[in-house]
Amino acid sequence: MTTYLIRGARPLGSDPADILVKDGRIAAIGDSLSATGAEVIEAAGLVALPGLVDLHTHLREPGREDAETVETGSRAAALGGFTAVHAMANTDPVADTAGVVEQVWRLGQEAGLVDVVPVGAVTVGLGGGRLAELGAMADSAARVRVFSDDGHCVSDPALMRRALEYVKAFDGVVAQHAEEPRLTVGAQMHEGDRSAKLGLTGWPAAAEEAIIARDVLLAEHVGARLHVCHVSTAGSVEILRWAKSRGVQVTAEVTPHHLLLTDECAESYDPVFKVNPPLRTDADVEALRAGLADGTIDAVGTDHAPHAVEDKESEWAQARPGMLGLEQALSVVIQTMVEPGRLDWAGVADRMSVRPAVIGRLGEHGRPLAPGEPANLVLVDPSARATVDPAALASRSRNSPYAGRELPGRVVATFLRGVPTVLDGKATK
Amino acid sequence: MKRHLLEAADLDRDDATLVLDTAAQIDQALAGREVKKLPTLRGRTVVNLFYEDSTRTRISFELAAKRLSADVINFSAKGSSVSKGESLKDTALTLEAMGADAVVVRHGASGAPHRLANWVRGSVVNAGDGTHEHPTQALLDAYTIRQRLGRLEGVRVTIVGDVLHSRVARSNVGLLHTLGAEVTLVAPPTLLPVGVGSWPAEVGYDLDAVLPKSDVVMMLRVQAERMNASYFPSAREYSRRYGLDARRMTALPDDAIVMHPGPMNRGMEIAAEVADSVRSTIVEQVANGVSTRMAVLYLLLGGSQQ
Repeated sequence: MTTYLIRGARPLGSDPADILVKDGRIAAIGDSLSATGAEVIEAAGLVALPGLVDLHTHLREPGREDAETVETGSRAAALGGFTAVHAMANTDPVADTAGVVEQVWRLGQEAGLVDVVPVGAVTVGLGGGRLAELGAMADSAARVRVFSDDGHCVSDPALMRRALEYVKAFDGVVAQHAEEPRLTVGAQMHEGDRSAKLGLTGWPAAAEEAIIARDVLLAEHVGARLHVCHVSTAGSVEILRWAKSRGVQVTAEVTPHHLLLTDECAESYDPVFKVNPPLRTDADVEALRAGLADGTIDAVGTDHAPHAVEDKESEWAQARPGMLGLEQALSVVIQTMVEPGRLDWAGVADRMSVRPAVIGRLGEHGRPLAPGEPANLVLVDPSARATVDPAALASRSRNSPYAGRELPGRVVATFLRGVPTVLDGKATK
Repeated sequence: MKRHLLEAADLDRDDATLVLDTAAQIDQALAGREVKKLPTLRGRTVVNLFYEDSTRTRISFELAAKRLSADVINFSAKGSSVSKGESLKDTALTLEAMGADAVVVRHGASGAPHRLANWVRGSVVNAGDGTHEHPTQALLDAYTIRQRLGRLEGVRVTIVGDVLHSRVARSNVGLLHTLGAEVTLVAPPTLLPVGVGSWPAEVGYDLDAVLPKSDVVMMLRVQAERMNASYFPSAREYSRRYGLDARRMTALPDDAIVMHPGPMNRGMEIAAEVADSVRSTIVEQVANGVSTRMAVLYLLLGGSQQ
């Protein structure tokens, strides 16, 4: 195994130091380290962070390998600075059995670019009717700890309560896609001034907030862990803040696109901006940034959602919801949080690595940059800026909402247990 | 004029006035003529691309194009490649390859004409998209109002009914505002969009309070299926609160007119004696639809070359 000497990087943005990576672990951090036979990586000006962890990725395999595979999605993740991604369960077949989650886990191992951590469906076939065999998925080789019907809300309150309770047996967490389905029939975009003008059926903020309010009460009542996926409204942030102040075991994530984009994008009727939950207003964006800054929102989750061209090059109402996120997530966080001074690099590490790893119970990720820890890390050039070209992305799909936008930050290198998955900004395999 | 007519906002006041003036000139030119045909668009191709059944609008556009001597192709989604799953983009490229100079599109999805405009070189005319807009309806309505009342500036127009799902309402609010009219929307709160407060219109729930201050009342069609989704309790209650009947009509100022984009639900939003009264412009609206659409096609396709 090659030994790497990373010279002059700034761990969590602090003063430059050398980092020695050996046998999959961080062997030493300090000034003027040397190691015979080590491959030297000049990292002056680069920030070193623990490898990023995504709680919310759609890898589309099995079922829609034309949109993404575990391998192409893993490569996109590594290029985005991730060392672990949670693969959502809404595949075809649905990841609701030990067999499917083990298949996804094994494909991730074979790709070897990030740790692919399967998410198990809460209900059979994402149908919302009865619990899937959650224990079997937890006990499988994939060791599932996060369960979600993402794309669908576990809207039946009794079933949600049982799911929250049941997963306590193996320290699991239910990640809820908060959307009251009766309030979002046919919904196409955020309900407000712009939906009124564009004649697109509105997705009211209350449909998200009502479920979050209900679920934090349920989580409190049964003493279970709850995770809220892709929080998108100012009201949701307020409810989460209230719940946390009461000691409810609730965590939440926000997507990069909800931190940057608003429903103004819908005015083009270009479905690349169609996503669920929808892009909201400026006031929501501000509340989400504030919530991420003060820790009310624990994590950035990409909700990376690749779609084939034909599923996006259509009428708005016909297009599938979702947008790419893995490769630009860190850049968006730099633009919306770091550059305005709302989050320092330690904060970025916390929200994009440490906390998501804790929520997902990933012992080997989100660890401190310290000797003896697993060498899962990423080197970022914060001064680089680039214009996003969808054709240049590693994802198999092209539905990036950032096409043509200049964003800061470039992932120069990513290490997974001491092995570079990205070097010089290029995937190693 | 812009190259496409996708929504009322594509027309500024000068453009909109030009369309209405052109329609008036066309009416004059054809008045009393036995052969109602102008040679203006000879050799040009207009495609009517209709994804929704709409006999009235399609034949209005068809007649408009034919009276301008254009070649007209009716491309109905039913019984064509579209029903076999062809995408909007592939259909657009097909029309493009056939050399369509204008595509008149009616589609159930809001924004479909905007998408189409990205993929074809010819002009796209929105003939109604989902619950978004129907700009030529607004033009023919404005033309009708001007014809009857002699002006648009300061005219008080009350639009009544299912504003939430109405492309006619959206286009009329935009265009009438552009042309200086004062628009009031009246509907049960369930049939007004969240966000309607940002529109350049007054909003009210009480029809009787507004009628004495209305120069124009425009009744929107209410679809029966709204009832099943609890937008209002029953057709009877809707009609009682928001229907225009003979008794209510007497509250209008003397020269006020009653409009309806059709097709009407007689007895629901409008009583038969109102629809058939001298105040009603419903038949004129149909006739004016042809001349207004002629003006639009002429200005988009032929205007610059004349």
